[in-house]
Parts: sequence; structure tokens; C-alpha cells
Amino acid sequence: METSFAITGKGYIIVAADTTAARSIVKMKTDEDKIKTLSPHLLMAYSGEPGDTIQFAEYIERNIRLYQIRNNYPLRPPAAASWIRRSLAESLRSRKPYAVNLLLGGYDTTTYTPHLYWVDYLGTMTEVPFGAHGYGSYFALSLLDRYHDPEASLEEGIVTLKRCIDEVAKRLVVTPGKYKVKVVDKDGIREIEL
Amino acid sequence: MMNSFADRFSTTGPIAELRKAQANVEDDQFSDAAWGSEAGFGSLAKGVPAFTVPNVPDPSAFLRLHTDDHADPNCRIKIQHGTTTLAFRFQGGVIVAVDSRATAGSYVASGTVKKVIEINPYLLGTMAGGAADCQFWETYLGMHCRLHELRQRERISVSAASKYLSNLVYSYKGMGLSMGTMICGWDKTGPAVFYVDSDGTRLKGDLFSVGSGSTFAYGVLDQGYRWDLTDEEAQELGRRSIYAAGHRDAFSGNTCNLYHVKEDGWRFIGNYDISQMHYEGPTGTGTGYGYDLRVEGRTSANPPPAAAAA
Repeated sequence: METSFAITGKGYIIVAADTTAARSIVKMKTDEDKIKTLSPHLLMAYSGEPGDTIQFAEYIERNIRLYQIRNNYPLRPPAAASWIRRSLAESLRSRKPYAVNLLLGGYDTTTYTPHLYWVDYLGTMTEVPFGAHGYGSYFALSLLDRYHDPEASLEEGIVTLKRCIDEVAKRLVVTPGKYKVKVVDKDGIREIEL
Repeated sequence: MMNSFADRFSTTGPIAELRKAQANVEDDQFSDAAWGSEAGFGSLAKGVPAFTVPNVPDPSAFLRLHTDDHADPNCRIKIQHGTTTLAFRFQGGVIVAVDSRATAGSYVASGTVKKVIEINPYLLGTMAGGAADCQFWETYLGMHCRLHELRQRERISVSAASKYLSNLVYSYKGMGLSMGTMICGWDKTGPAVFYVDSDGTRLKGDLFSVGSGSTFAYGVLDQGYRWDLTDEEAQELGRRSIYAAGHRDAFSGNTCNLYHVKEDGWRFIGNYDISQMHYEGPTGTGTGYGYDLRVEGRTSANPPPAAAAA
């Protein structure tokens, strides 16, 4: 089942999402990238209703880009998160709402602070030190309560992320196969191999 | 309003006295429907038998919140859905840890439930699912373990005891029994843990967690588990895992009961308040397990030295 994690550390955020696209009992694709790069310092992992997820993510992606083109500077993570949340909340009251859950990880270059937002399809948003969506969250959240360190180095952060992935692999019946992992810090965004 | 509410449940005072007097005169098993006329129905002289119903607008809807009616219409009673229980085997014996919350729907019915059933000095059973089912059948199991002991002049093995229970609940399959239990103890073979549930599943293993909070407990338990844990480390891991579940699962919580089984039988280690563990740690002296306390003062911001100074 769809699972995504995000963890903050000293000056960075790691966002990880599984790469399976499933329909009914069939895996349609095993290398789908469910983490979008919204701006040089902002990542968004999305999951939920197939169709809605991609439509919504692309709508957000293009509007964030449009803002940057018009104003010659990007939205800072808290502002971007607020606008994205509002888009979801307005959609919720429409005839056909987007059923999409998000993890927004961004690095604010003006305050040198990483920000992580947990957003669900109802428009609930909260800033968190770590977050997870999907069945994986039932195993990972208690683990992160125990092991997460806001001052962890990137190497330590990756070890903690691996703990989450291993735990889900160990206990969840339908284990996601591979994960795509991206990091955002002062230098921008990059993908890492576990 | 508050007064009438208090009057209704008070056991002293004039209204209560009147109520007691009325209870003596009337037989409240019968309604007043046929009052004043026996109408030839001598056997129903006192009216038609009636049930007492909850004093709410829709009694049946209210009761449905507290039953398993929706799951299986043939088996209508059951409470105690949420629970966290765990048991694991390690170098120093078996650790058994459970929470103490009983819920009926969204209502916390009790916070002081004993979910570890002391079958005999060498055997423990845990309680998840139907409280009455677990309590009754595990006590019953204790009777048969004693009979085994008397007949065979030897203590029953954990394997045999758990199989007795497993066969017993399997014979009731489909009749509404609901239990998920771990039978733990020490026998000739050393420490042993068996998972037994009302489906008839029986599994031998090193580490199990059962109940709605089990996923949260597993998250902490799996990551901290090693065979060569010391006694103190193992007890701490059991306690910490129940805390994690009590913290994250709404249907688990209140307190943690901890047991340790060794060669000479089980020992009750203690009862630990989960809120206290959150804020002050299990002994009430150290730092709490709570995330905010653990990371207090730490920040993810990484300003360059120049910006930090400014």
C-alpha cells in the first residue's frame, strides 16, 4: 500500500515515497516518482486517489512556477504550504474534491530553517518534525517518536529513514517495494540512493 | 437539571426512599400495559414481561454502538476492542507487558483493567478482544493445567497448555468467541511464547504484539529487540513499547502492567502510569519518554556562523 515518510534533520529534510502504482491487486508500475520538485528548495510527496494525485500535483507545480516567473522570487515554504492547503480546502467544498495527501518539505534560505508540513485530503495542515502517510505511518510514527533527532546529520537521518523502511518491510503485509528518496537543504534538491 | 440527575442516581434522601419503597411494591419485570384488566389471561395477571431499555431517544441505535452487531448479526455482544499487549522471549526469560484501558465504542469504560491473566505460577495469558472470553477461558485453562499436573505428576508445557486453549476455542469457531492472546511461561524447554486466537491460529514465536495498538508497539519493539538484552533492558523495552502504543493509539493507554517470567516462575514488576512515563519517565525521576521533552532545545535550523552571530 502507498506509504510516504519525511524527516527533518540539521539543515535538511528527507522525503521518501514508495514507487509502486497499483490498480486493484495489480502493480501497474514499480518506478513511479511520487515526489514533485515545486521550486529549488521545495519538495512535495503526494499520495491518494489515483488520477486526483497527478492532476492536483501538476496544478500545484505549475502555479508555484507561475508565481516565481511573475515575481522573480519563489514562495517561501510556509507561504507555499499555506497556499497549497487552501487549494485543497477549496477543492474539498467543490462537487468533486481532490483526495490527495501531501508531505511538503522545504528549506527556507532566508532563515536557514527546514520546514516540513503534513497535509491531508481534508485540508488539515500541521508543521511537524517528521511525518508519514499511508499504512506505513502506523509503524513509523511510534518509531520516530523514539528515534528522531532534529539535529541529526544527513547520514544519521538516512539511518533513521532506513529503520522506518525496514520496519514497514518487516511488518506490513503488502510491502511497498522500492522507495524514491529526495533531500532538500541549503544547496537545493537532490535524489539519493539508499 | 443537575439536581434531578443527581436524584436519579442517589441512594439516600427522600426520592431514593420512595424509589426503594416502590421497588418493593411493584414487580418491575412487568409493564403497566395491561394494568387493571386480567381479561381472562390469568397467567399474565401482572401484565406482559418487558425489558428495561436505555433512557435515550433511540435505544437500539445506542446499544449498537456497544456491540459487534454489524460484524456478525448472530453474535450481538462484545466490548473491549482497543488494546495493546506484547510478549517477547529473550536470554533472560519472557517479558509480558500490557496496557490497562477498556473501551466501549468511543467511551473509556475503565483504565484499571488487568489484562495479564495469572494462569498459574509459571504461566501467564494476555487479554485482547473479548475481556470475558479471555478471562473465563484462560482461568478454565488454569484448571486443566492443574489436572494435568496431578495426573502426569509433571508441570504442563507452555506448548501443551496453549494447544489445549487453541483446540478449545477452535471447537467454538463461528459462535462469536473473540480473543487474541499470548500464552507465556517457562517449562523444560526454557522460556516460551505462543500466540493463540479465536480463529484457531496458534503460533510459536519470539516476539508478538496483539491489539489495536500493536503496530505502534511493534515499531519500537522490533527496533530495540535483541536476544541478548539484559533483564533491565528487556523490561525497559516492554514498558517503552506499551508507552508508544498508549501514546499513539486512542484505544490504548492509562497504565502499563509489566511481568517478567524466569525459571522460577513469573514476577510482577510493576504498574506504570503512561502519562507519568510521558512527562517524568517510569520512575518519576528521569526525563520523560515524550518527544518534546526528549528533543527540548534542539533545532533543525543551520544558520552559517555569520548569520547566527547577527
